[in-house]
Amino acid sequence: MRHLLSTRDLDRETAVHILDVAEDMAEVATREVRKLPTLRDRTVVNLFFEDSTRTRTSFEVAAKRLSADLINFSAKGSSVSKGESLKDTAQTLAALGADAVVIRHSSSGAAQTLAESGWIDAAVLNAGDGTHEHPTQALLDAFTIRRRIHGAGSRGRDLDGVRVTIVGDILHSRVARSNVWLLATLGAGVRLVSPATLLPADLTGWPVTAGSDLDAAIAEGTDALMMLRIQGERMHAAYFPTTAEYSRHWGLTDERFARLAPDTMVMHPGPMNRGLEISARAADSAQSTVLEQVANGVSIRMAVLYLLVAGGAEAHA
Amino acid sequence: MSRNGIRVVGATLPDGRRTDLFVEDGRFVESLTDPASARHIDADGLQALPGLVDLHTHLREPGYEASETVLTGSRAAAIGGFTAVHAMANTSPVGDTAAVVEQVESLGRDHGYVTVRPIGAVTVGLAGERLSEIGGMATSRARVRVFSDDGFCVSDSLLMRRALEYVSTFGGVIAQHSQDPRLTVGAQMNEGALSAELGLAGWPAVAEESIIARDVLLADTVGARLHVCHLSTAGSVEVIRWAKARGIRVTAEVTPHHLLLTEELVRGYDPRFKVNPPLRRSEDVEALRTALADGTIDIVATDHAPHPVESKACAWDEASNGMVGLESALAVVQLAMVDTGLSGWADVARYLSETPARIGMLDGYDASFAAGSVAQFTLVDPTASRKFDVADLRGKGTNTPYAGRTLPGRVLATIHDGYPTVLDGELLDAEVVRKSAAGARA
Amino acid sequence: MRDVLQAADITRALTRISHEILESRGSDASDSASSPLVILGIPTRGVLLARRIAAIVETLEPGAVVVGSLDVTMYRDDLRAQPTRAPAPTVIPQGGIDGRTVVLVDDVLFSGRTIRAALDAIADHGRPQAVRLAVLVDRGHRELPIRADFVGKNLPTSRDERISVRLAEVDDTEGVTITS
Repeated sequence: MRHLLSTRDLDRETAVHILDVAEDMAEVATREVRKLPTLRDRTVVNLFFEDSTRTRTSFEVAAKRLSADLINFSAKGSSVSKGESLKDTAQTLAALGADAVVIRHSSSGAAQTLAESGWIDAAVLNAGDGTHEHPTQALLDAFTIRRRIHGAGSRGRDLDGVRVTIVGDILHSRVARSNVWLLATLGAGVRLVSPATLLPADLTGWPVTAGSDLDAAIAEGTDALMMLRIQGERMHAAYFPTTAEYSRHWGLTDERFARLAPDTMVMHPGPMNRGLEISARAADSAQSTVLEQVANGVSIRMAVLYLLVAGGAEAHA
Repeated sequence: MSRNGIRVVGATLPDGRRTDLFVEDGRFVESLTDPASARHIDADGLQALPGLVDLHTHLREPGYEASETVLTGSRAAAIGGFTAVHAMANTSPVGDTAAVVEQVESLGRDHGYVTVRPIGAVTVGLAGERLSEIGGMATSRARVRVFSDDGFCVSDSLLMRRALEYVSTFGGVIAQHSQDPRLTVGAQMNEGALSAELGLAGWPAVAEESIIARDVLLADTVGARLHVCHLSTAGSVEVIRWAKARGIRVTAEVTPHHLLLTEELVRGYDPRFKVNPPLRRSEDVEALRTALADGTIDIVATDHAPHPVESKACAWDEASNGMVGLESALAVVQLAMVDTGLSGWADVARYLSETPARIGMLDGYDASFAAGSVAQFTLVDPTASRKFDVADLRGKGTNTPYAGRTLPGRVLATIHDGYPTVLDGELLDAEVVRKSAAGARA
Repeated sequence: MRDVLQAADITRALTRISHEILESRGSDASDSASSPLVILGIPTRGVLLARRIAAIVETLEPGAVVVGSLDVTMYRDDLRAQPTRAPAPTVIPQGGIDGRTVVLVDDVLFSGRTIRAALDAIADHGRPQAVRLAVLVDRGHRELPIRADFVGKNLPTSRDERISVRLAEVDDTEGVTITS
């Protein structure tokens, strides 16, 4: 594996392998010495063109637990002139000797552009590109689901037959896209629930069923209910009339939460709009995996950094 | 004194007849008065075409000379077999006054590679609010006949109606870039399953089709001519077909790239394939080819849009829209239409020369090769084949989508106003052409 | 290719090692009956050998040892030189390793680098009283100052020879062979 740009390109075997390596990484977090010397001689760069304390910190912890040198490079895309930002920044990083670049950018495809440009030699890890993909988020979500279902017997297993329902602004969500491809690859059944304005117009080729009735979806039952963050600004582009109406029809209210089966996981990639797409009671319940998702994020990111960076250059295809 | 004679031996005309061609004092003649001093061109196996006329080019000067100038754009045109180009008005300052269009026309005339016909902006500054001095531009030395806000759509219905009415006063035509701005905010590529997958904001076909539908009805109401730029969807073809069946005076153009390339190329997020209107589905490419062959689409126009390197070496949504096309147009048309059997060379002459000249009201292209006409023609080797490359470009822009692709055909000679601009497959020097142009005017 | 150990030889060697481990226990003054030895096998075959040794010791003196595994992939010094390896599970038995005697078990001792990595891994899991090393085969050619405390068989080899250890739990035969 040379880069991690998307879950669309991950086959089942590679995906399960990443989840299994993450199990080993998770074990490190339970030890007294929460560090491995594995990437001691490597440099990882966090190249964040979009603000994101949560994801950036997660990658930072992951890199440090592997003893890598970490450089945080935050370039706010809007203030840098068009066209210069990505290329010039990338070449500066090459000069710094980066072995891996974790990139978050507001343009879909930016990670692929960076990886294929020839501007840098490092492994590229997509931490979120526009509305396209956020592969480590999907991996940590899959890891979380797998652990909740199979516990200590998770190693080597996929998500065959697991039902996952994703609710919210699918159209603008890279988390949704990455999850759709990965969960389907791992054998899960994926359903999308959203107002028609927030679903892509053409879902041909997507391995999902889609609809707009959240109550019907809950009545049919689901093993995991993944709530996506809603941005209030979408209201002004006429995607929905008011946040109140959105919440009434597609929010995980207390009332809907009560109708969930007791073993249905409630998931959210964060940050949450409590009271909008998810009620406080749902978010803080035992069914909520929100905090595990954060912890698992570090393990997944450690696994991916290890797999991308530890081996020799000639070993990469 | 030299009569600038040219003798072309063994060329094949668009209708298939083999013949010799003679040029003297800038015009086709039955025979040369001074054969000994005439330039000799062996055209055995070559296809002769009337000089190609582009109704849609961006020469970028004044204001964006880093991307292209009238000189470099003219050279790119000549190597592509063109003898006339219509230069869009989205320059800086915008071509919305007699002064700017006269400057562009004069630069083209002095450089001499092609006849440059400036297009005038429909609205001041392309802002879509007030009509520009259409009359002033029409009666200027540039004699503007085509008006367009290309780059932008004249989206306000009232303004479009007034523009159609007003332009007909001067016998001109509005060339509309059909794109409803409200349906394409932030659009990056064709809207469809692929845009959903790639996470790029979609440019829905209806945003083009609905404007065309409105505009043909307006043109019908006020009895004006309408020209539709760069048709890109099967649905747009249907609207044009319907309008023509009703006798509405609408003409339509298609670009070479929309005859060949599809949205699948966007998968790699390579901005060389970013263009407005965007590359669409293979069903659209099929419909456009059929429409060009049957005359529903009247002409091919390049929409040659050069950009500096940094505007294309960046993330997709930061990149500029556009592809250069003058140098490759004929080759792509041959690949998409002639080599597939949809068109013959006579059709190519029609939609790449005679008809665009007619729409743009450009004299001298209605009786190609006839004795007495000003000599505008190009000689092409249709059997040539090459791997197209940035080295084959002659303009300043290097943003071609065809690099690495094998394209057929090669322009070996271009004659503009009776003097050569391209010989033996290569451009003549700027100084030589400038002198020839001055001589032809004398 | 020649066979150097048959299945029966392996069994004899492991039995002898098990006895030696129990004997050495008496000489470690701090060992007490309540603190078992921690036998940690290095994946893959080291773990299988560790389990066999633990089973033998259990029949001799129940409760004297606990067994687990110690993956050293993340501690190797040669990661860059090869394709990325998948780590195997590390299972530290109940009670950890602090203050106890750890016996590392591996199939072949060669350059000593794997054991060096194992020592680093152990250091990150706690502070044992002592660390001992048991190997089925010692083939010489040490590159680091490391030696085994319990050896099944000393096998002088040349550097370019290959030693192959096969164990019934994962291979279809059982035995140790040398290939040139």
